[in-house]
Amino acid sequence: MSDNKALLAKEGKLDVSQPLSLPRLSPKKIKTTVIFLVLCGMAFLFLLPFIWMLSTALKTPAEVTAKDTHIIPDKLMWSNFSDALHAAPFAGYVGNSLIVSILAVILTVFINCLAGYAFAKYKFRGRNILFLMILSTLIIPVQITMIPNFYILKYLGWINSYAGLIVPRAAEAFGLFLARQYIMNIPDSLIEAARIDGASEFKIFRKVILPNIKPLIAVLVIFTFMWRWNELAWPLIAVSEQSMYTVQLGLAMLKGEHFINWTQLMSLTLLSVIPILIVFLIFQRYFIKGMVGSGMKE
Amino acid sequence: MVSSLSKWYEKRSIKIAPYLFIAPNIILFLTFMVIPIFFTFYISFQQWGMFGKPSFIGLENYSRMFGDKVFWISLRNTVYYTAGTVPFSAALGLIGALMLNQKVPLRAIFRTIFFAPVVVSLVAAGLIWSWMFNPNYGLFNEILSKFGVHGVDWLSSSTWAMPAVILTTLWVRIGYCLVIYLAGLQAVPDSLYEAADMDGANGWQKFWRITLPTIKPTTTFILVMEIIHGFMVFDLVFTMTKGGPGYSTTVIVQYIYQKAFTEGEMGYASAIGTFFFILVMILTLVQMRLGREKQ
Repeated sequence: MSDNKALLAKEGKLDVSQPLSLPRLSPKKIKTTVIFLVLCGMAFLFLLPFIWMLSTALKTPAEVTAKDTHIIPDKLMWSNFSDALHAAPFAGYVGNSLIVSILAVILTVFINCLAGYAFAKYKFRGRNILFLMILSTLIIPVQITMIPNFYILKYLGWINSYAGLIVPRAAEAFGLFLARQYIMNIPDSLIEAARIDGASEFKIFRKVILPNIKPLIAVLVIFTFMWRWNELAWPLIAVSEQSMYTVQLGLAMLKGEHFINWTQLMSLTLLSVIPILIVFLIFQRYFIKGMVGSGMKE
Repeated sequence: MVSSLSKWYEKRSIKIAPYLFIAPNIILFLTFMVIPIFFTFYISFQQWGMFGKPSFIGLENYSRMFGDKVFWISLRNTVYYTAGTVPFSAALGLIGALMLNQKVPLRAIFRTIFFAPVVVSLVAAGLIWSWMFNPNYGLFNEILSKFGVHGVDWLSSSTWAMPAVILTTLWVRIGYCLVIYLAGLQAVPDSLYEAADMDGANGWQKFWRITLPTIKPTTTFILVMEIIHGFMVFDLVFTMTKGGPGYSTTVIVQYIYQKAFTEGEMGYASAIGTFFFILVMILTLVQMRLGREKQ
């Protein structure tokens, strides 16, 4: 309390000579303040690893291994990034990840919307059983299928290829499920009207369905991109040549290598999370909607 | 004539189109999800290296598995990891959600901050925290020393490596649980609280009697998701410790990976994979049953 008084006195808001009379605080206000402060503390703890990464990425290696640890670097070493990019073929990893993520997004979103439309708006034999089969793959961990999939990739000649990185993971039950739920809400009358006008079934999908599911497409694009960009287990079995490494595989393999130090590793880690954090900050609403609607992350 | 022909086609196209629309998905699911499950089962009865021909050895892989000490260690570690992460990420996520559900300033910003680790890759999270836990230059021990605690060499200690991985997981998963809980809390009708206020209930009573029972489906959902997630842990362990030191952080999936792709024992790894698959299935079914009964 005395600290508080001193602080207020300093700001000239309190005459110290007067007996202390604080403005009456309602219990509700106190509660809100306490909660706010606790949240601030929590937020600080959550941000600390990010700050630590940023701080290390911008220090000189000597400063990183200095006796006294501090957050703010003495001198901002922007050259760490170019040094790190020279030490490891990271730019190539980023290129691979971009190719894989972008092509995978196009393929996955397209086939999920198409199949979602079929499951939502057509009656056909085997619909329920097929849909159940697809849903049940939600609980199959990728890691269990990795051994046979390695043989399948080898058989197809897809080891160390973009096809091997993209195609096997393109079908994905969560997106299909979301697409079906969303498209079910589109009124049948729109589809019927197009059909009476003589539109082919695929044209109905293109001209009636696609323009009406933009929020769905946004969610699917964001999530597919995040999953593909962040994935480690699949590239680990599909790729053995360094020239085909993705960002995550490259980073995981770099750790502990003698030619790379912690400043460089944190610089590269920072570069690897920036795209996803930017996408997250811009499309946060969709991220949270998708998570709540599905509860999947893998 | 023409109109009847087009009518015939129209009828047919409605029948055929849905199959064409689902075909790419179905083919991919069959090739890379369904067939591999049966294939894993088949390989588990073979002796099979990464290259070369398989030879049938019956149940030998399974009997070897039950006698394999490391297999049991990896199973125990998986349970340890799950038990060490799920209750805390769920509870802390709930506490955070309860706080964010109040009328506090900057709510959106807090939510963004708590959720940010969820979107970052587990490799990046693993690398950042490996560096946080660095015994000489890491921030974690530095903070501990401020409180007069002498830190250990976290990731090189067979006792402390797993808690370090668990702590990292909490950083990643709390935000996820928080966001799901927040959605659950916002669905609790205000009228329930108003009625409780009239009866003179205090905040604690309202939490136990109203909030917690109403969001039970959310809790069930989070527990199911998190337990399965815990059992399948791989990326973090692979990035932070590679299962070491010794086998102190070797979890099941890591062990399957190591047996199959480092040591080339595809048959034996598939036997563990089959066992793991059945385990996850049973777990899921039990949880779904429990969740349904409670509702």
